[in-house]
Amino acid sequence: MTPFDYVRPASLADAIAAWEPGAAYLGGGTNLVDLMKTGALRPGKLIDLTRLPGLDRIEALANGDTRIGALVRNADLAHDADFARAFPMVAEALLSGASGQLRNAATVGGNLLQRTRCAYFQDPHSPCNRRDPGAGCAARSGDNGGLAILGWSAACIATNPSDFCVALAAMDAVVEVEGPDGARQISFADFHLLPGETPERETALHPGEVIVAIRLPAASAGFRAHSRYLKLRDRTSYAFALVSAAAALRFEGGKIAGARLALGAVAARPWRVAEAEALMIGQTPDRALFDTAADVALNGAAPSGDNGHKIALAHRTAARALALAAEGTPAQMPAFPASVFGGHAHA
Amino acid sequence: MPDTLPFATRFGSNAGQPVSRRDGVAKVTGTATFAADNHPEGMLHAVYVPATIARGRVTHLDVAAARAHPGVVEVITPANRPLLEGDPEAKHFMFAFRFEALQDDTVRYANQPIALVLAETLEAATEGARLLDPRYEAESPRVGLDGNTPYTVEVGAFGRRGQTVHGDVAAGHAAAVQSLDVTYETPAQYHNAMETHAVVAQWQGDQVTLDMPNQAIVMSRGAYGYYFGIPAENVLIRSPYLGGGFGSKAIPNGPTVLAILAARMTGRPVKLMLRRDQMFGPVGHRGATRQRLRIGIDAEGRMTVLDHESLATTSTFDDFVESAANASQGLYAAGALRSAHSGVRVDTGTPGPMRAPGEASGSAALECAMDEMAERAGLDPLEFRLRNYAETEPGTGLPYSSKALRECYLRGAERFGWAKRPLQPRQMRDEDGMLVGWGMGTALFHAPMFQAQARAVLRPDGTGLVETAAADMGQGAWTALAQIAADSLGLPLDKVEFRSGSSDLPDGGVAGGSGHTATAGGALHAAGRDAIDRLAQIATADPASPLFGAGNKGVTARDGRLFVTDDDSRSESYAEIIARAGGSEVIGTGSAARPPEQAAKHAMYSHGAVFAEVKVDPDLYQMRVTRLVGAFAAGRIINPKLAESQLMGGMIWGISFALHEEARFDARTGRIMNADFAGYHIPVNADVSGLEVITVHEDDPHVNALGIKGVGEIGIVGTVGAIGNAIWHATGHRIRRFPIRIEDLLRAERG
Ligand SMILES: Cc1cc2nc3c(=O)[nH]c(=O)nc-3n(C[C@H](O)[C@H](O)[C@H](O)COP(=O)(O)OP(=O)(O)OC[C@H]3O[C@@H](n4cnc5c(N)ncnc54)[C@H](O)[C@@H]3O)c2cc1C
Ligand code: SF4
Repeated sequence: MTPFDYVRPASLADAIAAWEPGAAYLGGGTNLVDLMKTGALRPGKLIDLTRLPGLDRIEALANGDTRIGALVRNADLAHDADFARAFPMVAEALLSGASGQLRNAATVGGNLLQRTRCAYFQDPHSPCNRRDPGAGCAARSGDNGGLAILGWSAACIATNPSDFCVALAAMDAVVEVEGPDGARQISFADFHLLPGETPERETALHPGEVIVAIRLPAASAGFRAHSRYLKLRDRTSYAFALVSAAAALRFEGGKIAGARLALGAVAARPWRVAEAEALMIGQTPDRALFDTAADVALNGAAPSGDNGHKIALAHRTAARALALAAEGTPAQMPAFPASVFGGHAHA
Repeated sequence: MPDTLPFATRFGSNAGQPVSRRDGVAKVTGTATFAADNHPEGMLHAVYVPATIARGRVTHLDVAAARAHPGVVEVITPANRPLLEGDPEAKHFMFAFRFEALQDDTVRYANQPIALVLAETLEAATEGARLLDPRYEAESPRVGLDGNTPYTVEVGAFGRRGQTVHGDVAAGHAAAVQSLDVTYETPAQYHNAMETHAVVAQWQGDQVTLDMPNQAIVMSRGAYGYYFGIPAENVLIRSPYLGGGFGSKAIPNGPTVLAILAARMTGRPVKLMLRRDQMFGPVGHRGATRQRLRIGIDAEGRMTVLDHESLATTSTFDDFVESAANASQGLYAAGALRSAHSGVRVDTGTPGPMRAPGEASGSAALECAMDEMAERAGLDPLEFRLRNYAETEPGTGLPYSSKALRECYLRGAERFGWAKRPLQPRQMRDEDGMLVGWGMGTALFHAPMFQAQARAVLRPDGTGLVETAAADMGQGAWTALAQIAADSLGLPLDKVEFRSGSSDLPDGGVAGGSGHTATAGGALHAAGRDAIDRLAQIATADPASPLFGAGNKGVTARDGRLFVTDDDSRSESYAEIIARAGGSEVIGTGSAARPPEQAAKHAMYSHGAVFAEVKVDPDLYQMRVTRLVGAFAAGRIINPKLAESQLMGGMIWGISFALHEEARFDARTGRIMNADFAGYHIPVNADVSGLEVITVHEDDPHVNALGIKGVGEIGIVGTVGAIGNAIWHATGHRIRRFPIRIEDLLRAERG
C-alpha cells in the first residue's frame, strides 16, 4: 500500500490538531485498512484514535440518556448487559453485523463512518463518483443487484451498509463531534447524506471532525419491550443485509402509542419516514396496519438497476419487523440475531 | 493375473481406527510451517500486477516510477523478462496448462499477470506494482455462457470422453410415455483454498529449492525442471503442509513460474504469495455450465432414456471443459444414455479440476432433473431411483467392483426419516411457521488409482521408516497413510516414522481424483510387505531363528515380531532377526497402480445418498439447510474419523454450491466484482447444522489390494441436488440456477 504517516496522539486535542487534508482517523481499521489495501483509499496520514483516553466508556447520564464513547468496540457494546436491556434492538443489530472477530475490533465511531460496499467504490480501477467526483458511476449499468431503491441519484446508487446505524436512526440517536471549530451535536437524521449531485459528501461531518460519542435519549429506552431488528441476507450470518428493518413500538392500553421504523440497505442512509410511523399511532397492531406502514415507508422506491426485487423484500421485511416488535422483544438475544431463524436463545 | 487381488493379510490393527490427525496439534498451535512461513536470508518479496481488463494489450507500464519507489529491486515485464527454457504455452505433460509468464503484452483475462515487482518488503513490492499504472488497448470481453459461439467437445478434461452414447437415444425418447426437458445453470466458482498459492524459491547454481503447497509433488518437479531447462532431480519441492488445494495446487501457473524465474534473475530467494483477489484468475476455477436434461420414462417409471447435454465456459487459449454431462454415466439403468459436451470460449483464465470436477455441476442438474421426473411420474424420488437402480454399469454392462448404493439409500432414508415425506410440495411447516422441505440426491464418483512408489525400512532397533512423496492437503492423508504403512510393517503407529511431502522421496502420486489414499497407500502397503518378506527370508533361512524353515508364506508380522503362522510359540522380534543378520536395515520397495485388465473388467465407483432438510421463510425466502444426512459406500475406510470429516467437508461444499458460491462478472470489463470473502460467499458455521455421515461397509476385492475407494470428492455430489430438491419441496418453486437466492424464490412466486 502507499506509504503513509502514522500518529498516535495522546489527547483528543492533539488528534484534531494532527488533522490535515488527506489525513484519516483510524478506529478499529476493519474498513479503512481494507480499502487502503485495495488502493481505493490512500490517506497520507493515519491518526490513530484508539489510545485516546476516556472515549471507551458507556455512561448513564444524569438526564437518563445513554452516552457511548466512540471507541467502545461493537462487541463490548452489544454485550453490555445494561445497554442490551435498555436497547435490545440496537444490540441485536450490532450482533447481526460482520463476525465475532470484526465486532471485537470495530469501534462504534468507525461503524458510523464505514463506507458503502458498492463493489465499484472498493475497486480503484472502476469509475466512481463517490470516490472520485466526476469520474462516473460504474454501478449504474454494472453489478448493482444490492444497491439503492430509495434516495439515489443519477450520480450514485450506493447504500449505507451499517446495521447499527439503522437501529440508531430508529432510536433518535445524537452524534457528538468535536473538530477544529469546537464541539457540536448532530441528530442522526441529519448525519448521513443522500448522494444528490455530490455523492463524495457522505456525512454532515466537517473536515477534521472526530466522532466523540453517540447519545441515545432516555425516551427511546421506552421501546425496550417491543423492538426488533430484522435482516435478510445471503447466508445465515456474516453477510451484509440485502434489506433490513429496525422496528420499535410502545403500547398504551393495547393501542400503539409510539412507533419507529427504519429501513437498512435501501439507501445511502438509514431510511425513516415520519408518516409511516405516525399512521400507526392509536391503532391496534395487525398485519394490515403494518403493511400500510411499509407501503408508506417505501413510498417513491424505484429500482436503480437490477434490484427491483429489493422493493418487495424491503416491504415484507418492514412489515415483519413490526409484527415481531409487536409480539415483544425476546427474553434473551436470539441465537441468530436479526434472523428469521432467530429461534431460541442458546442456554 | 488372478481375478481378484490378494487381500492384505495384516490389515486391521492400525487401519480402521479413528486416529486423530498427526499434524492437528502443530496446526492449531501455529507451529506448522506453511510454505509462505519460510523466510530465507536475503529474500525478496514478489508481487504480480494483475490485468484490470479481460481482453486486449498492455500499452504502457510506468517502470521508472515503480523502480524509483524505495525498496523496489526489480521490475519484470515482457520487455526484460529472461528467457524460459520451456514454453509456457506447451502441453508437455498431462497437468500442463498454458499460462502467462510475460511472454508478450497480450491480455487474455482479468487478473492475468502483466508484470512482477520485486522488493525488500511486501509493502514496497505492493506499492511498486500499483505505481506501474498500466495502460491498455482494451477490446470488449466475451463473458458468460452466451459470450461466444459454442463448439463441440470431442475430448473433455483429462482425456474424458466428450461425447458418449449408449443404446438408441432416439428410440428411448420415442418409447417414453412421459418425458422431461429442463435446463439448469451453474456459475463459475473459484477454488479459494484458505492458504492462497505461495512459493519461496531459492537457487543454488542450477538447482532450485521450492517451498510451496503442492498436490503433485514429484510430477511438478519435472514440470518446473522443464520450464527452467534443468533435470527434474535439480528441483527440490518441499510441501509439508497445504492449507487446502481442491485441485488447483496440482498445476503449474504463471505467477509461480515468474517468482522462480525472478529468483534466478536476481540471485536471491524470492517469495510470492497470492492475495485473495489474485486467486480469481491465474490458478484455475470451475467453469460455468448450462445443462439440458431430457429424460423419458415408461409406464412403470423406468427410464427409457437419459440424455444429458452440457455447455461449459472455458478460456480462449486452452482446453478444459467441465465434463458435467458424464455425471449421467454409470448411475441409472436408462435404456439409452447420452452425454454430450460443448464449450464456449470466453475471456477468463482456464478452468481446471475443482473438487469433484464434472460430477459436482453435473450431479446438481441431474439429481434435480431426476426429482422433476419423479414428480411428474407421481413417484417418491427415492422410489423412482430404486426403480432405475443399475445392477451393472449402464451402457457397458460391466459388473460393479462393489456397489452398496442400495444400502446407502435405505440407511440414509431411515436415519433421515424419509418415509414420512409428503409427496406434494409445501406441505410441511415448523413451529415457527417456516416452510420445511425434504429432498434427496444420489452420489457417484469414480474410484481411480494413479501411480505411486514407496520405500519401507525396518531399522536395527525394530522400528520402521516409510517414505513416499504424498500430499496432505489438510484432509489427513498422512495420518491414514501412516496407518496403512504401520499395518504393512506389522508395527504400532508410534513405531513407524513417516516421511512425506518432499520431492526427493519416492513418487507418492497426485493427491487428487479421490485416489490418493488408494494409490499412495497401495505403494506403502506393497513396500511394507516387501520389507517384511525380506526380513522373513532372512529369518526363515537362519538356523538360529525360531522361524527357521517356516517358509515365506508361513510367517505373519505383528507387533514388531514375526510369528510362524498359526503357531504363536515360534516368534522373534525384528530387532533380534536384524541383529543376528549383521545389523543392517532391511529395505523394501513397493509401487501401486491399477492393472489395466482389472480396470477393464469392472466399473469402479464410490456411491452415496444424501438427504436434505431445508427451512424457508414463506414471505422473505431466507433459506437454511437444517439437516443433511449422507450415507456413503466407499470401500474400506482406513480412518473413520478423517473419512467422515472429508465427507462432511464435501457436503458443506454442497451447501456452498447450492446456496452461496458464485463469481459475479461485470459484463463490460470481464472482471469479477466479488473477488474477496466478503463478497464471494461460502457457508459459515450458522449455515451448517444437523450434519450426519453414515459410512456403509463395503468389501471390494477388485479396486486394489486394500479395497480402498475414495472419499475426497463424493460428499459434494448428490448434496447440491438434494438441497435444490428440498427447496422445491418446501416452496413448490423449482429454481434451475445455482446458487439459489432469495430473489429467485421471490421472482418464482411472482411468476
Ligand atoms: C467482512 C466484513 C463484513 C462486515 N459485515 C458487516 C455487517 O454485516 N454489518 C455491518 O454493519 N457492518 C459490517 N462490517 C463493517 C464493520 O462494521 C465496519 O468495518 C466497522 O464497524 C468499522 O469500524 P472500525 O472502528 O474498524 O472503523 P475504521 O475502519 O477504523 O474506520 C472507518 C471509517 O471511520 C473513520 N473513523 C473511525 N473512527 C472515527 C472517529 N471516532 N471519528 C471520526 N472518524 C472516524 C475512519 O477514518 C474511516 O473513514 C463488515 C466488515 C467486514 C470487513
Ligand atoms: S454507486 Fe456510488 S459508490 Fe457505487 S460506483 Fe456509483 S458512484 Fe461509486
